[in-house]
Amino acid sequence: MSNATAAPAWPFRTCPVTGLRVHRSVDALIKVNAVAAIVAFLVGVIAAILIVLTRWQAVHLLPAQWYYRLVTAHGLNMLIFFIIFFEMAILYFTGPVLLNSRLPTPKLGWLAWGLMVVGALTVDYYVFSGQADVMFTSYVPLMAHPGYYVGIILFAVGALIVVGLFFATLVVARREHTYEGSVPLVVFGALTAAIIAVITLVHGAAIYIPTLLWSLGYMNVDPEVYRLVFWALGHQSQQINVAAMVSVWYLMGGLTLGAMVLNEKVSRAAFGLYILFIGLASAHHLLVDPGVGPAWKVWNTSYAMYLAVLGSMIHGFTVPAGMELGMRVRGYTKGLFEWLRRAPWSDPGFSATFLSLVIFGFLGGVTGVVIGTEQINIIAHNTLRVPGHFHATVVGGTALSFMGLTYYLIPIIFRKQVRLLGWARIQPYLFAIGIVIVSMSMIFLGILGVPRRHWDISFSFAPFKQEFSPLTDVFMATLGIGGLLAATGALIYILVAVLSVFVGKPLTAADIQRGKAAVPQGILKLPPQVHGEAESAAAHRAGTPGTVVLVAIFLTVFVLYYFTNWKVLSLVWKIG
Amino acid sequence: MHSGIVSPKGIWWKPAGRQERIWVTVALVWSLIMFAMMPLWHYKGGQNPSGVRSRVTPAAYLDRVNRFVADYKVGEENGFPIVEPPPGSEVYLLGRMWQWYPALRLKQGATYMLHLSSLDVNHGFSLYPVNVNLQIVPGYDYALRVVPTRAGDYRIICNEFCGIGHHLMIGKIEVLPTQAAARLEPASTPEELHE
Repeated sequence: MSNATAAPAWPFRTCPVTGLRVHRSVDALIKVNAVAAIVAFLVGVIAAILIVLTRWQAVHLLPAQWYYRLVTAHGLNMLIFFIIFFEMAILYFTGPVLLNSRLPTPKLGWLAWGLMVVGALTVDYYVFSGQADVMFTSYVPLMAHPGYYVGIILFAVGALIVVGLFFATLVVARREHTYEGSVPLVVFGALTAAIIAVITLVHGAAIYIPTLLWSLGYMNVDPEVYRLVFWALGHQSQQINVAAMVSVWYLMGGLTLGAMVLNEKVSRAAFGLYILFIGLASAHHLLVDPGVGPAWKVWNTSYAMYLAVLGSMIHGFTVPAGMELGMRVRGYTKGLFEWLRRAPWSDPGFSATFLSLVIFGFLGGVTGVVIGTEQINIIAHNTLRVPGHFHATVVGGTALSFMGLTYYLIPIIFRKQVRLLGWARIQPYLFAIGIVIVSMSMIFLGILGVPRRHWDISFSFAPFKQEFSPLTDVFMATLGIGGLLAATGALIYILVAVLSVFVGKPLTAADIQRGKAAVPQGILKLPPQVHGEAESAAAHRAGTPGTVVLVAIFLTVFVLYYFTNWKVLSLVWKIG
Repeated sequence: MHSGIVSPKGIWWKPAGRQERIWVTVALVWSLIMFAMMPLWHYKGGQNPSGVRSRVTPAAYLDRVNRFVADYKVGEENGFPIVEPPPGSEVYLLGRMWQWYPALRLKQGATYMLHLSSLDVNHGFSLYPVNVNLQIVPGYDYALRVVPTRAGDYRIICNEFCGIGHHLMIGKIEVLPTQAAARLEPASTPEELHE
């Protein structure tokens, strides 16, 4: 930050908020990737509304074929296109922008974006024209049109190029001395995501290229090998999301309330645990599979003795504790929770970040570890508990944190004021409440044995009668209501973003200096990013008691939920 | 101290604070406890997804299922044979687009070796209402020792997407209560009944 002293020459500009030097080509690439992300998000949201209104048995909107088609489309547009386009924007932001650097070969960035857009359009063409009703997972031997696999491969190649550009930026920035010391923690977190992305995309190539050849009739693909390698892509890409989201937590904590890094070593080591162990989670999907044995399952599903979970639990402490410390140093020291009460709850950048942290930890993380336990998976595999878990991690966690970041990218990168700022302020709450209801409804339905990805659980035309507990009707209705709430929150987000970007009032440095602009509060008055060594060290020694209480509650919930599930498991048929 | 967007200068590899050290230790201990639970349950627990796993061609599996049906068929319901294998025997169930074949009649408390495989694509074996879920992969025979601990009328729901008829795919397992089982099958040993 301190490096941007003199006014930089074209093609750079100085960011009036952070003082960072921004390369124009980076501005443009962040913009186009963010816009592509939001378009994919809109497609995913429309699909989500129709899916929810179909599973709500009382409404049962779509015919079977379109239900399955839209589940496929929803998965791909949300989990792949929206998230990865947004992560590309994050890599451009955390690489060149935060490091004050130029972007080497911006043309490659445009090529990558083009490949990704063509790939995404190709996939959506084959899905919506009914030539790829295979779900996000496309388990062999369920076959899609070869063009579908080609689309995925093009998209993945584009993403890999952007990751390469990020690495190149690190080299260039270091060589050109655009920053002093080590890269900031947020960049380190993005580097973690980028490294995991390479491992993920290599697995993607290792499975989609053979599958493409299989769909063309040139070779065979074993269904169990497909599941193993596919999930090294499918699950691992969720770990890119985790690493990117945690980086965004650190970033937004700093921008919205001046959160401190308690200890660089601890936070970076936690990211290191992700790199080393998080890739093993392909096993989460094979726990009740016939292809692999118990030792393999136990070791891999636990990320080698839960060391990646340990990484997340460390961030789960250091992120809120860093926020608490930042606030305490600024004088909010009363009691356990003044720092939290007086946090900028009307700043959508902060509320989205904190809600994301809570939903990811309490709901997503805990349920994920529990259903990813080898034996407990017997009572969870492929029931609605699984989407219940990942809607808390990837939607309530990752997507929500990206929404918070968007409200800051609009002024910082697009240099526009935020339209409908009042709506933007309530949007994170609406979305969070909706997705928590969705997730919990799915979890209860899964506990009642309701399968995921299923058009009609009344089994109207099936050979045997099947009646679920009447409670399922209640939870199906809450799932519907929660889904519509979350979709409303999502549509408000899209509306705010689109209006701000395309017809928003420009934001100038003068607007910020006068303190008069429709932007989140951290933009108008950036909290201090550096504190005096003496006062902050003293505050650190005094500790962060509020966070200690929060993590103690978290651990209690975790332990209770974990052992309750073992108890429930012990009641089912003996099996082994 | 500084925020996460500031480059740390000099050496940042410094000792962690007291609270961080305590939390990392607590979290590590909890991680190890969770890790230990899985091997422990293999040793002490009654529900493990290990089984005996082998490769099988769809044709060979279909052949084995047909022999199993011919050997133990006792009736028919909605066009599905009802098969009642003796306690302790090998039971063959197959999933295909879009049915579970055949319908089974088992005895409460008896042990069976339940074989599962698919003739076409992946299917999901989901036993309602006990909520036991297993993945069925074509080309693989997943054989699990099962003991139906309670009598009742069970359904097998398919919970892996398997094409347009996925939601029609439902099977049936009937578990006869112990007394009835004892009356019908006096040859059953007490060990089997009380396992």
